[in-house]
Amino acid sequence: MDQYFNQLNKFLFSLLTKDEILNNSMWGENSQFIRINNSKIRQTGIVKDLSYSMQLIANKKQVSYSSTITGILDTDQSTLKSILNKLRLDITQVPEDPFIVYPQTTNCSEEKHKGELIPFEDSIKMLMPVMQGTDLTGLWASGLIYTGVANSLGQTHWFETETFSLDYSLITKNQKMVKDCFAGTHWNQKEYENYITSSKKKLNLMEKDAIKIDPGKYKTYIAPAGVSDIIDMFSWGGMSEASLQQKDSALLKMRNENVKLSPCFTLEEDFSSGMVPRFNSQGEIAPENLPLIMKGTLKNTLVSTRTEKEYGIKTNYASEGESLRSPRVGLGNLQEDQILKTINNGVYLSNLHYLNWSDRLGGRITGMTRYACFYVENGDIVAPIENMRFDDTIYNIFGDELNSVTSFEQLIPDVGTYDGRNFGGNYCPGILLNNFSLTL
Amino acid sequence: MLILTSASIKKIYGKIMNLKKALENINIQADWIGLREVKESTTYRIIRDLNPESNNTVLDHGIMVEVLVNGQFGYFATNNMSYDAINQAAKNAYTQALNASKYSLYPFTKSVRPKSVGKYQSPYQKKNIPLDELMETLINSNKVLRGSKKIVSAISMARIVDMEMNFISTNGSEFSQNFMYVGPGFRAIAQDGNIVQSRSYTDQCMQAGMEVFEQERVLSKCETICKDAVELLSADECPTEKMDLVLHSDQMLLQIHESIGHALEVDRILGDERNYAGWSFVNLEDFGKLKYGSDIMNITFDPTIPEEFASYGFDDSGLKATKEFIIKDGVLLRGLGGLESQERSNIDGVANFRACSWNRAPIDRMANLNLEPGDSSFDEIISSVEKGIYMQTNRSWSIDDFRNKFQFGCEYAQLIENGQITKTVKNPNYRAVSTPFWNSLKMVGNQDTFDVYGTPYCGKGEPNQGVRVGHASPTCLFNNIEIFGGA
Ligand SMILES: [Zn+2]
Repeated sequence: MDQYFNQLNKFLFSLLTKDEILNNSMWGENSQFIRINNSKIRQTGIVKDLSYSMQLIANKKQVSYSSTITGILDTDQSTLKSILNKLRLDITQVPEDPFIVYPQTTNCSEEKHKGELIPFEDSIKMLMPVMQGTDLTGLWASGLIYTGVANSLGQTHWFETETFSLDYSLITKNQKMVKDCFAGTHWNQKEYENYITSSKKKLNLMEKDAIKIDPGKYKTYIAPAGVSDIIDMFSWGGMSEASLQQKDSALLKMRNENVKLSPCFTLEEDFSSGMVPRFNSQGEIAPENLPLIMKGTLKNTLVSTRTEKEYGIKTNYASEGESLRSPRVGLGNLQEDQILKTINNGVYLSNLHYLNWSDRLGGRITGMTRYACFYVENGDIVAPIENMRFDDTIYNIFGDELNSVTSFEQLIPDVGTYDGRNFGGNYCPGILLNNFSLTL
Repeated sequence: MLILTSASIKKIYGKIMNLKKALENINIQADWIGLREVKESTTYRIIRDLNPESNNTVLDHGIMVEVLVNGQFGYFATNNMSYDAINQAAKNAYTQALNASKYSLYPFTKSVRPKSVGKYQSPYQKKNIPLDELMETLINSNKVLRGSKKIVSAISMARIVDMEMNFISTNGSEFSQNFMYVGPGFRAIAQDGNIVQSRSYTDQCMQAGMEVFEQERVLSKCETICKDAVELLSADECPTEKMDLVLHSDQMLLQIHESIGHALEVDRILGDERNYAGWSFVNLEDFGKLKYGSDIMNITFDPTIPEEFASYGFDDSGLKATKEFIIKDGVLLRGLGGLESQERSNIDGVANFRACSWNRAPIDRMANLNLEPGDSSFDEIISSVEKGIYMQTNRSWSIDDFRNKFQFGCEYAQLIENGQITKTVKNPNYRAVSTPFWNSLKMVGNQDTFDVYGTPYCGKGEPNQGVRVGHASPTCLFNNIEIFGGA
C-alpha cells in the first residue's frame, strides 16, 4: 500500500500553490476478528479499513481533515481534491496559529515487517480445537496494519507489520479467572498449543475457594501486566510536557518540589524492539532511546515540537499527544523464584483493572485487582482473594514503598482495538511493595 | 458557512450509492443478508489559552455486510463501497460464518433481525453557523475562562458530529437515521503555589445543533467555571468520614452508568465481556426478584427523550426502540439486552443492540438509561440533611469487573450542616458497593432537578467500541456513605 500512498501524495502535491504545505498520512488495516465465549464463537468477521489525512498549512494557519478512502485511485483522487478545496476555504476563517510545526525535509524511512500469519479461512480450525473442554473467552485479532506520513517538502515514512494476538481469559466454574495473551508475528502451531496448555495449568491454582481480605496496607507483589497498567497512566496527565506546563500532570511534584521516586525505578522510551513506528504524525523521528525517569529522578519528559514552540523546551519528537509509545521499565534483582518468599505475608496480584487518577495532582491512582490474585502466608500461596479496590500514589508505588523490582521482564502487547488495531506494547518487570493500600 | 453538512458529505463522495441495488447484486446463498452503511463526520474546533489548538475533521464512511449461515452470523466490513466490492465482502462474510458455525455459541435465526422500515431524525434548531462566528465565540469564551490571574490554562472546544446510517436487509428492512450531536466543552485550571484545581463544563452531550453556541449562554457558563476553579484554590480538603451524600445530575450520570447500566447489560451477564469489560454481579435468576435499590428507585431505558444523546428509532438489528422500565420501585425487572441476548437468556430486554460504526458488529449497549424523577424539591433534599455533602461534576471513576466496588471523585463539593449548605471543599471522593448504595437512596429530586446528560466515551467490546450513551436524572440523596478527600 506504500505505492498507493505515494501515488495519492504525488497527485495532491501537484495541486499545491507555492504558499501551501501539505503534511499527509495514511492508515489502514486488513484484520480478522474472532470473538470467543466459553470456547465457542460469539461473533466473527473481517475489517478492511483505510483512511487518509491531510494537514494544510498556509499563511501561518493550519486546518486538517481525515477521511476514509476506498483504495480506488480515481475515486480517491477526486475525494481528496474536494477535501483540499474545502480546507482552502476553511483556512481563511480560522485564527493564526503561532505554534505551527512546519514539516521537515530530511529523513525518509521504510519498515516492512512481514509475518507468517494463518490464512483467515484457516484460523478457526487451527485455534479452536485445543481450547475445547475449558472455558476460554477472548478475542483473536490478526492481519496487516500499516501507516505512513509524507509532506510536500519531500519527506516520506512508511511502517507496516503483520501481527496476531489471542487475548484471553480462562475461567473456572466458580468464576475465577486467569489472563493470558498469545501474540506474535510468526505463527507456530505447536507453540500455540503449548501456551494454552500452560495457561490451563495456572487455572488449577484458582480452584480453591477465594478468601475475603480486609481493607488495609499489605506487602504486595504486582506482576508485569499490572505494572503495565500503572505505566499506561503516565500517558494520561503524566509524562507529557504540555500537561506539566498546563499544571495538569501527576508528575508536577517531581518537577516543582523536586520529589524523587525510588532509586529502583527507571522508565524509558525504547524503540529498539521495532514494534512501533519511530516517526510521529509530523514525520519526526524519535531518538531510539530516551531516558525519562532514571533511578527515581525525572530526567526527561515527552516533548513534542509544538510544545517546544509554545513553552521553549527542546523537543524530543514526541507524538502529538505526548504519550508513551514504546515504554520499558528498568529491571531489578528480585528473582522469580524468590517472589513468594520475599512477600512472606501479603498479597500477589497478577492483574489490575480500571485504573483512574483519584487525585491526579497528588499522583493518586485507584483501581481494582483482577484475575489471579492470591493471599500469601509464610512465603506460600494460601488461596485466591476476592477482588479488592486499591487507592495509592505513584509516589508510594514507585517511590517510598518500592521494595524491589524483578530481574525479568515481560512484553505486555497492546491489544487495544478502539478505532483500529494498535501497535506495540510495554516491557515491564514485576514490582514488590512494602505497603500497598487496599481500601474496599 | 463551512461547517460540514450531510449534503456536502454526499458531494465529497460523489454519487450516492444505492444500497438496494448493492443488496440485489449480492450473489450468495445465505439465510439472511444485511447491509449497514455508516457515514459520520466529526469536527473538533479547539482554542486553548487564546490560540487555536485544533481545526480538524474526521470523516468515517463504510459499510458492514452481515450474513447468517447455519445459525451463525459472519461479517465483512469494507471501506470500498463499489457493488463488486460489496458482493466480494458478502462472499468473505459467508466463508467466515460457515467456518465458525462448527463452533457456534448459539444457533440464531433471522428472527433476531426483524423487519423495520422508517426514519429517525435528531432534533436541532440550527444546522450551521458561520465558522468565523463560531471561532469568535470560542475565543471570547476562552477569555472569560481566563478571567483571573490564577487561571493557568483554559480550553474551549466545539465538537460537531453529523451522522447518517442506512440499513437494508433481505427480509425487508429499510430504514435510515440521521443524527446531529453538537456539544461545547470548557475547562479552566487554577493554580496558587502548589495548589492546583480545575473546573469544567463537561459538555452536556445531547442531540442538538449549533444553537448550543449561543454566545451569551456560553459566556455565562465560562464565568461560573472560572469563579469555581479559583474558589477551590482556597477551599478546605474534603473531610474523611461517613455522611449523607447529595449528587447533582452531572454526577448521577456516571453513577447510573457504572453501577446500573453495565451491570444489567445481558451480554455481560452471559459472559461475552469476561476477557475485557468484565462480568456482572447480577445473574439471570435475579430478574423479577432482586431488590436493586430502595422503593423510590425507578430506572428506565428511554429512547423517547428527543434531545437525549442515545435516542434513536431503531437499534442496529432493526428493533424499534421503546421506553421500558428496567427497575421499578427498586425491583429489577428487565435486562439491557437486544434480540440476540433475549433469545440466549430468555430475559425481557430492550432495543439496545448497537455498533459504534460500520466496522464493528453490534453488541448490547445501555443507550439512554435514566432515573425517573421523584417528588422532592432541591431545598427539601438539602434541608433534610443534618450532616452531608453535595457533589457536582465527575472527575474520577472506577469500578470492578463485576460492577460492585466503585469509587468516584468530583470536581466540586459543598458541605451540608443542619439542613444548610455551608462551605465549599476540594477533592471530594466517595466509595461504596452497588446494591447497598442504591438501597441507601433516600430522596429523589423532582422534575425541577431533572437534567439530561451523556457521554460519547462508553468503552466496551472485543474488538473495542466506544459509543454514546445518555443518562438523565434528578438530584438524589444517599444515606451514610464513605466520603474522603485528596492524596
Ligand atoms: Zn461505559
